[in-house]
Amino acid sequence: MGGITNSLKRTLLHSAHIALGAKMVPFGGWEMPVLYTSIREEHLAVRERVGLFDVSHMGELVVSGFRAEAFLNRVLTNDVRRSQAGRAQYTFLCNDQGGILDDLVLYWLEPMRFLLLVNAANIYRDFGWLTEQAAGTVRVENHSDEIATLALQGPLAPRLLPMAAGLGIFHIGAFDVCGVRCWVARTGYTGEDGFELFCAPDDALQLWNALLTCGAEFGIKPCGLGARDTLRLEMCYPLHGQDITPETTPIEAGLSRFVALDKGEFLGRAVLAGQKEKGVHRKLVPFQMTAGAPPPRPHYPIFAGGKRVGEVTSGAPSPSLGVGIGMGYVATELAQASSPIEIEIRGKTYPATIENKPLLKRKP
Amino acid sequence: MNIPNDLKYTKTHEWVRVEGDIAVVGITDHAQHELTDIVYVELPTMDSEVHAGKECAVVESVKAASDIYAPVSGDVLAANEQLANAPELVNKDPYGQGWLFKVKLRDSGELGELLTPQEYAALIGA
Repeated sequence: MGGITNSLKRTLLHSAHIALGAKMVPFGGWEMPVLYTSIREEHLAVRERVGLFDVSHMGELVVSGFRAEAFLNRVLTNDVRRSQAGRAQYTFLCNDQGGILDDLVLYWLEPMRFLLLVNAANIYRDFGWLTEQAAGTVRVENHSDEIATLALQGPLAPRLLPMAAGLGIFHIGAFDVCGVRCWVARTGYTGEDGFELFCAPDDALQLWNALLTCGAEFGIKPCGLGARDTLRLEMCYPLHGQDITPETTPIEAGLSRFVALDKGEFLGRAVLAGQKEKGVHRKLVPFQMTAGAPPPRPHYPIFAGGKRVGEVTSGAPSPSLGVGIGMGYVATELAQASSPIEIEIRGKTYPATIENKPLLKRKP
Repeated sequence: MNIPNDLKYTKTHEWVRVEGDIAVVGITDHAQHELTDIVYVELPTMDSEVHAGKECAVVESVKAASDIYAPVSGDVLAANEQLANAPELVNKDPYGQGWLFKVKLRDSGELGELLTPQEYAALIGA
């Protein structure tokens, strides 16, 4: 319950959040709603119905020019050529050691124009890195202050956006939503069906209010970053700065399917190819606590066979599963599903089990 | 915000109900409202000692673990065992079924250090 310093940035929806009773917290340099009424209620609203998030703190970088595709294929790990205009792709920005500078979604808006949705805390580093790498061959712009982003997530989300309900998963298109011109993408960070909407900041409040109004009959809830965190953790989606950092690679994080080693040269390729071939010393694994244990939290030590083998990077009580869940790095030889581990919590160890991804198994 | 008149309070949002030489301790309505969604409570064990102003219990919400500070010193006479299976009682009934533990008062002079309901209301701006 620390105070919020006035150096934090606010989104255009700040006063709307306050009016809805949000608790605001600092996150990535921004003052953001962590919850409105209850993380648990907001989490379950997204799993069962639909929730609306303000994620305008996230950064939007635009890369354009006739060499944009080739440039992005050299600085990002996934193969841009497997995508196409109108599609989205999850990918990594790695340094030349394969360390993850950021994870992002690449939206291919137009043949020579790409939108990169990046983490709030990394906007300036990513922008500087890309600008330096581009060396004038393509145009790199930071549009973070000119784009507001809302995430509408949950199984009923398409009912609120009938005009975009025909969009395929990981597709993006331009639509009028409640009188607001938006880019709408069928993407998200919750594991549910849903959309992310990009609009002009001046339109953000109109769009926010319109979605809450037309969502009322579907039981929509405004949702904060607290629910966003538990939702993504149940799906084992990594959070940059915790589960993945410049000191970890996509191979160690178990995310090699977003690394196209076969696409030709790209930043970090040599190290990542070596790790893929020879193996890595540690792996990011999801785990679930035994019932009755306290919830795991970041930085708690992980033990196996009485030895300290790693550290929790993300942990929380799972609202959907009713037990503590988390992720953390352990020595590769221990990274087997159903292996027992222990988490040290306030000086005592509690049993947990390494699981397969995702921790929340999807309905068929 | 509910701040019962017959209790004493701490700056760290615990309450104390004095029953003879026994102090019943819990967290305030304001605290449970700020924490929201309490999912786990770790209480001092019976016969352990708690010391005024020192951490003695942990209340965990979905978001975080929060330390609870002993309002008074003494031996722990009882811990609310119901909370092991129903930690949400701290949210639903913070001054009743959501009590945390009971302490045998060692120094009733410590009670004078605690906040009155009016002082606590002023602290939280209620």
